[in-house]
Amino acid sequence: MAELGKSVLKGEGITKVFGYGKTRTTAVDHVDFDFREGEVISIVGESGSGKTTIARMILGLINVTEGNMYFNGQPRDISSGKKRKEYWKNIQAVFQDPFSSFNMFNKIDSVLLDCINMAGGRHLSKEEKEKLMTEACSFVNLKYAELTNKYPFELSGGQMQRLMIARIFLLKPKILIADEPTSMVDACSRATILDYLLKLRDDEHMTIIFITHDIGLAYYVSDSVYIMEHGKFVESGPAEDVIIHPKADYTKRLISDVPKINDEWDLTTVE
Amino acid sequence: MFHQIKQVFHSPKFVVGFVIFVIMLVFAIFYPMVSSFGPMEMVGTGFYAPGTYVSVVDTAQSGDSLTFNVDTASSAYDSALPQETRESMKKWLVNQAGVAEGDIDLNDAEALVALWQEKYDPELSQGLITADKRAYQRLDEQLKTLGSGDGGIILAVEDEEGNLQVSKEVAANQFVNVSDISNTVTVPMGTDNFGADMATKLASSIGVSLQIGLLAGIIATIIGLFFGLLSGYLGGWVDDFLVFITNLFTVIPSFVILILIANSVGQAARGPMMVAMIIGCTSWPWTARSVRSQVLSLRNRDHVNLSKLSGHSLPRIVLVDILPYLASYVVMAMILQISSGILSEAQLSMLGLGPSTADATTLGLMMNWAQKFGALTSNCWWAFIPVIISVALITFSLNLMNTGLDQVFNPQLRDS
Repeated sequence: MAELGKSVLKGEGITKVFGYGKTRTTAVDHVDFDFREGEVISIVGESGSGKTTIARMILGLINVTEGNMYFNGQPRDISSGKKRKEYWKNIQAVFQDPFSSFNMFNKIDSVLLDCINMAGGRHLSKEEKEKLMTEACSFVNLKYAELTNKYPFELSGGQMQRLMIARIFLLKPKILIADEPTSMVDACSRATILDYLLKLRDDEHMTIIFITHDIGLAYYVSDSVYIMEHGKFVESGPAEDVIIHPKADYTKRLISDVPKINDEWDLTTVE
Repeated sequence: MFHQIKQVFHSPKFVVGFVIFVIMLVFAIFYPMVSSFGPMEMVGTGFYAPGTYVSVVDTAQSGDSLTFNVDTASSAYDSALPQETRESMKKWLVNQAGVAEGDIDLNDAEALVALWQEKYDPELSQGLITADKRAYQRLDEQLKTLGSGDGGIILAVEDEEGNLQVSKEVAANQFVNVSDISNTVTVPMGTDNFGADMATKLASSIGVSLQIGLLAGIIATIIGLFFGLLSGYLGGWVDDFLVFITNLFTVIPSFVILILIANSVGQAARGPMMVAMIIGCTSWPWTARSVRSQVLSLRNRDHVNLSKLSGHSLPRIVLVDILPYLASYVVMAMILQISSGILSEAQLSMLGLGPSTADATTLGLMMNWAQKFGALTSNCWWAFIPVIISVALITFSLNLMNTGLDQVFNPQLRDS
């Protein structure tokens, strides 16, 4: 586990309520968190527990109903378009479904070019931009020459997800939110994608917020783990503590649900 | 993109609709070019049934002297009306129709017949015995058929005194070769009440109606797209406000607004393009609503989020990340708007609120004229049947194309 850096993102009493009246649902209910620099944090929970809602609030894609968020120790301010743009230079995301993450009408180059422009490379010459794109593609083991002038739908799911990571490589944000980045790709691509993410953390000292429903995967990649149930964090702490010595019932249940290759599967639910 | 266009032409419905539409379009564009008449030019003097017509002046102009008048009737009247018949006609005219005795000249058969045809009305025969009533009715029938009798004479002006003089007598079995007559007129679809060639008028009307439909469709689509995109993407109070306006236009029957606007604009200012704008400005709510619902489902897609995270501005996200996904849908909506625009124009024109009649003809105006000038009551089917068929074919082809496109872009609807 990496030594604890300074706090980059801190949330206090973050709440998100959808709808009103009869359809009112509290997706995220007064959660607190403190993410530190260079850490890999996993948020684990089942479907509908509010993981993705937290991710979107952190990203600033949806409004926070209640609570305060601090970025780099300062209260987060994303009230204007310019400030939001500045914020998004520091925080980026890889989404779950690679097939819907791309605008299928734009060529792949344009996605990467957008990132170069956003990272402050607008003034670069065409050759320099191409060099950067080649570099980013080779980071995720793709060949830029094969991708140029192609549309996203001509790629496989694994290639698209790697391209997403190439995007992050170009932007080099402080925080990366990976919202189940491996759930839609095959097992082989899964391992490589996780490796790229960890490599980004090591090389760029990035904070990675890893959202997953797979507690085994969370144990494999993360320094600290937040277990989420019905919009609340039921348990949090260093990965070893939480997963080897779970305290909450829900955590125990999640851990017992992980299939073990050598054992016979126990499909009954542990209370 | 090319692949999709190819796919579209594999849909039989689209192809049929497209072929019908192209045929109408080609007719509208090229027929006025080859036709020898203008769309508003008066070829005849009223409703002529489809066929080839020969100038009456030309047929008469085969004699020695210049003829200026054709009268097949006058000589026939002289011989066909014996003195006692003239007396009984005079009696009826004086007693029943109240004509002054001095106004009737028994020697002038032609004037007598003209007066008779002007005054005679079976209703006025009241007070006479039934046998007399019948006799007068028979006489009237006889006089009617006299005009189209066995032959006629051609009159010419005598040089010295300016009197009319018989220059030539024409027998019933005398013919002129059609190829000898320079001035023949062929009207394949007949003429309308103004005597204008229906085929040319129809072609130009289809063109103008299509222009009206296209402009109305484009205006409706642009307004609807603007409202739908903004309210769907922005959400919040902007959405509430725009949905309120859209609902307002939806609940007030748009045709009533259409009539009110068309009426208040006034006849003089109401050209075809003005009518198109009026129609376009009242038919957008439907597009706005459907575009909004599409945008609502698109705006939470990951690629839109990613575009936001890439720092793109609102107009760019809407135009680049949302609009292309809607494009096929918008095209289909626009096709429907065009077809309903053409129908709306026809409705407005039937009510007399169509484009002002001086500039251009439209399909709706042609139907309006046919109704106004009694084409229906005088059995002049050629004055309205082709127009109705044209309107039906255009809207049918547009709807067929829309269904075809729908099948291509919504694979669920494809019949395997």
